[in-house]
Formats: sequence, structure tokens, C-alpha cells
Amino acid sequence: MTLEILKPGLATTVQDLGRPGYFHLGIPEGGAMDRLAMRAANLLVGNDEGAAGLEAVFMGPEIKFGAEMSVAVTGAEMPMTLDGEPRTAWTAFTVKPGQVLSFGFLKEGARIYIAVSGGIDTKPALGSRSTYAIGALGGVEGRAVMAGDVLPVGQAMIVPEGRCVPAQLRRPLEYPVKLRVLPGLYWHRLTEKSQTAFFEDDWVVAPEADRMGYRFRGGQPMEFVDRPQPFGAGSDPSNIVDGCYSYGSIQVPGGLEPIVLHRDAVSGGGYFTLGTVISADMDLIGQLQPNTQIKFVEVTMAEALDARAHRKEMLHEIRRVLS
Amino acid sequence: MKTRYTYGGDEHVYVEIDDEMSLDAFFTSLSLADLVRAANIPGVTEICPANASFEVRFDPDIIAPADMMMRIKELESAAHAQEKRLKTRIIEIPVYYQDPWTHETLMRFRERHQDPAGTDLDYAAKINGFDSVEAFIEAHHSQPWFVSMVGFVSGLPFLYQLVDRDKQLQVPKYLRPRTDTPKLTVGYGGCFSCIYSVRGAGGYQMFGITPMPIYDPEQKISYLQDFMVFFKPGDIVKWKPVDRAEYDRITAEVEAGTYVPKIAQVDFDLDAFNSDMVGFNATLMEALNDA
Repeated sequence: MTLEILKPGLATTVQDLGRPGYFHLGIPEGGAMDRLAMRAANLLVGNDEGAAGLEAVFMGPEIKFGAEMSVAVTGAEMPMTLDGEPRTAWTAFTVKPGQVLSFGFLKEGARIYIAVSGGIDTKPALGSRSTYAIGALGGVEGRAVMAGDVLPVGQAMIVPEGRCVPAQLRRPLEYPVKLRVLPGLYWHRLTEKSQTAFFEDDWVVAPEADRMGYRFRGGQPMEFVDRPQPFGAGSDPSNIVDGCYSYGSIQVPGGLEPIVLHRDAVSGGGYFTLGTVISADMDLIGQLQPNTQIKFVEVTMAEALDARAHRKEMLHEIRRVLS
Repeated sequence: MKTRYTYGGDEHVYVEIDDEMSLDAFFTSLSLADLVRAANIPGVTEICPANASFEVRFDPDIIAPADMMMRIKELESAAHAQEKRLKTRIIEIPVYYQDPWTHETLMRFRERHQDPAGTDLDYAAKINGFDSVEAFIEAHHSQPWFVSMVGFVSGLPFLYQLVDRDKQLQVPKYLRPRTDTPKLTVGYGGCFSCIYSVRGAGGYQMFGITPMPIYDPEQKISYLQDFMVFFKPGDIVKWKPVDRAEYDRITAEVEAGTYVPKIAQVDFDLDAFNSDMVGFNATLMEALNDA
């Protein structure tokens, strides 16, 4: 079984839930930026949650199916048609051989997830099919899909059409989008004034926003606590002796524009980090478009763990609904 | 040295052994990271050693963050007590200094550099008090280097020179990072050398290029068939300057699958090194002669 990419979209990649275990060698976990959307798409078509699907950003691909299969699209709001007939997102539908799935303009969010029954069956690399383009690893030859690519699809049963994830189990964007942050790491490098300003300022998503990280602008330049720079760190006050970066950690090169590292994070470097976006809000970042207004919101570890538990409950509920 | 423990969100504990770079801090950090690995703590998913710090990623649904941090703290005194010794290998890495490809790239990004009128090596030689670029290059390759961290992207090694602190070369990163760096560029930032494993963005100064690939996701290169990443922390590197003809010869051998990196097994002992750096390094480099 196969599907063919007729038009690739902007940067459509094969993704699953990633390849943890190699970050110490600079190979990031990768995988779907919006994990819950990817899991939901897979559950809708009867796959394991970790099956590989397609992640498309800002613009959808055009796909021709080579066999009968179940399909579901989740994540961002982007109208779609099958041979010109509208289909509904977050809902399973069946496609026949030769039918073509197309997408209209993005309305809300940033990334859609396309799951097919049986999953995309490209060759795994280091235990995952996720595409890590910087390292030319996984997916289709380690790159985004191109027109003419024919992707293998696993064998699977067709699921009943109309299975759907209820609206209350999706995560609507509310503006300004709030990203919850646990201060830490090198937070002490900032003056109190800059610590306060970071959470009070209004930020917007910059155009430099991709699978490696999201950059933000609009807030005040940051001031650092005076110190002689430690040996080996480099002369800028935002420099540290190169260390590991956490997923979700926020670095601010030169104190100017915060960058939140995401699934294809660089594993380390020489910039101070002021804290980390909590795990419960990582999916949300994957749905942010450039120019989206955001606020960073300070939370405690207890609040971070509560938020994580809440996300997990949502996933359990989606599993229950679709079981 | 005062160890600092902090959280990277709800999934990471970050342990900074020291805020400045030293081999002592590196060894303590690596020992503690190894002890955490050996303890097999349920919930740990990644242990990432760095130059003078390391990070543990964990699943907070399995182990609470405070418990995770406590488990690491309990191992710290044992890490300090460990002998700073390592069974490792020394590898000769050929470097074509002042090659045409990094030269072309550095000229394209001159407006992002501290010294737009010169080259990266001109600048590095000048600010480190060398009379000539040649003398600086000599200092860069005459004493060996220690791989103190692997990361940033795909298998990129950070290297720290095995010399006294007053002999360490220090060069700031570019004022603004480049959007392009040739694959296998030998770079420099702060007190660290690096090899860019893949083409891409970068902020380190560019000194030269090696013909020896260090990352191969397809695992076709003869010496990367067991694993796609060449380096690991603790490896020792001796740069060997090569000219264009030798660069081309090695490149052809790599493509033909006949290139064999020059490697020797060695023991690194930090106390022995500290008591006689030049003598200890000479022993390390002699091992390569027999390889």
C-alpha cells in the first residue's frame, strides 16, 4: 500500500512520537510537535498512537492514495476536500484508490497531522520514522517530502467512518496565548527588573519559528547581573560554558529575543537559559503562527505537574472515546 | 567548585559542577553522570554530559522531580572521590587549515564578524598575541585536545585543549551567527574547538576543514558502520595539518571506503597530566606513532 505526494506543502515531514535516547550525541527526540494531535489522529484511524503520519506546517500537501484506507486529520484548522468534496477534521473517513486529498488556506493554528490506517511505513532510523532534517535522518531520505514521493503504508483494517474527537477534547487557542514557564537553569543571571519584565512584557512569535525552536520578539532587552565572565564562557554576558539544553528551555542570545527549543532542539550550546516551558504547553507551541501574541506565565513545579496531569487526562479521555 | 542543581521544567534536572571550564569540572561531571547511569533510576530517559555540567531527563509520571534531584545529590560525594582516570583513545584528525571552502564562507559573512577586514584566523592570531597566523595554527595543532562534550547537532564534538589555562586559546563567537557553515569545518568559540558534523548555521570562528566525516546517518562510511556518530566524550584528538593534495587523497580514500582513521588506545590520568602536561601529552602522541 502506498500514498503519493502530488504537492508537498511548505515543509511536510513524516513524524511519529520521536527517538528519545540520543540527545547526548546531539540527535534530538524529534517527533510530532503537537503530540496530542498526532496521537488523536492515529487513534481515529485505529493505529497505535506512535505510528508515523505526516506533519504539515502552514500549508497542506496534496495526496493521492494508492489503496483503500482510513484517514484522519487533526491539529490546526485547515479546510480539506477529498476529490473536491469537503471532509471534516478530527474525524475518520475512508479513501478509495486514486482519490486525492487537498487542503485550503490555514485558518487557525499552525500544524496539521495526517494519519492513515496502517501508518506511514518508511524505514525507521534509530527506532523512529521521524524526520530530523538537520541530521538527514529518518522520514524520506532524511528530508521533507517532495512532489512525486511515493510513501509506503502499512496494512490495516478500515475503521468506521465518522469516528471523531469531540470538540472539548481538542485544545482551542485563546489569545494572547499563555505559555507557562518554570524559571530555573540560569535564571539568576537576570536582574530582578528583567525577571519581572519577562513575564509582564507582550511578546509575539517571530518569523524564525520551526521544529528546532520558536523565537519571540517585542519584549524589552534583558539586563544581566554583573560578573566577571567564567573562564571558557565567552565575553558576552549571555554566554555560559557550553552546556546541555532542556527541551522547552528558553535561551536569549545577547539578551534580545527569547528562543524556546522544541522537538528538533540543538542539544547544547553557549547561551544562558532562563527557564523552561512546561511539558504540558509544548504541544501548544507547535500550533503558533508567526505574529501570534503570547504571554509567558510563571508557574511553580506543583502547577507544572498539575498541568501535565490535566493533559494526560485529556489523552485518557480521547482514548476512552475512541476505544 | 560549587555544584548547582536546578530544574529544566518538569522533565529535566540540570547539574552544573562549575560555571567555569576545567578538566577537573569535566571529570567530576562525567563521573557523576556515569554514577547516575549506573544507578539505573526508574524514569530516567536521557543522561547528557557536557563540558562542566550535565543534564538528566526523566519522566515525572514515574519519579517526582524532587526525588530525581535528591537521587543525583546522593551520588555527588562518590563522584568527587572517584579517581580522575579514563581508558580512552587518541585519534589523529587531518585538518586542512585556511582551505578555500571555509574561506569563501567566512568572506560571505564578514559583516557579522568582529574584524571584517581580515579572516577568522587573522583575528584569532591577533587577539591571542601571536605574530603570525602560522604560529597560531601551530599552537592549535601541536598539543592534543579532549572531547569534553558531544552535541549541539548530530555528533558534533566540543574539544578542550590539554594545556595550562594561561596557554588556552580564546576566541569569541561571531557577533551574529552565520546561516551557513561548510560540513566538517574545524571551528573555534570561547576556549573550545569543534568540528561541524553537518552543514548549517554556526557562530564559531572557522579555521579549516577535515576530510574525515564524523557523522553518517546512512552508515555507509567504513568506520561509521557500527554507529553513525564517531565521537564520544573522553576521546582525545590530535589535529594533523594537511595540504590540499593530502586533503584530496584522504577524501578519495573515504569515498572508496579504504580510509582508516589513525587511532590508539590510551589511559588518561588527570593527576599525571597536571603534574607534567607536556611530558604526558608527548606520551599520548607517541601512542599514535605506533598506531
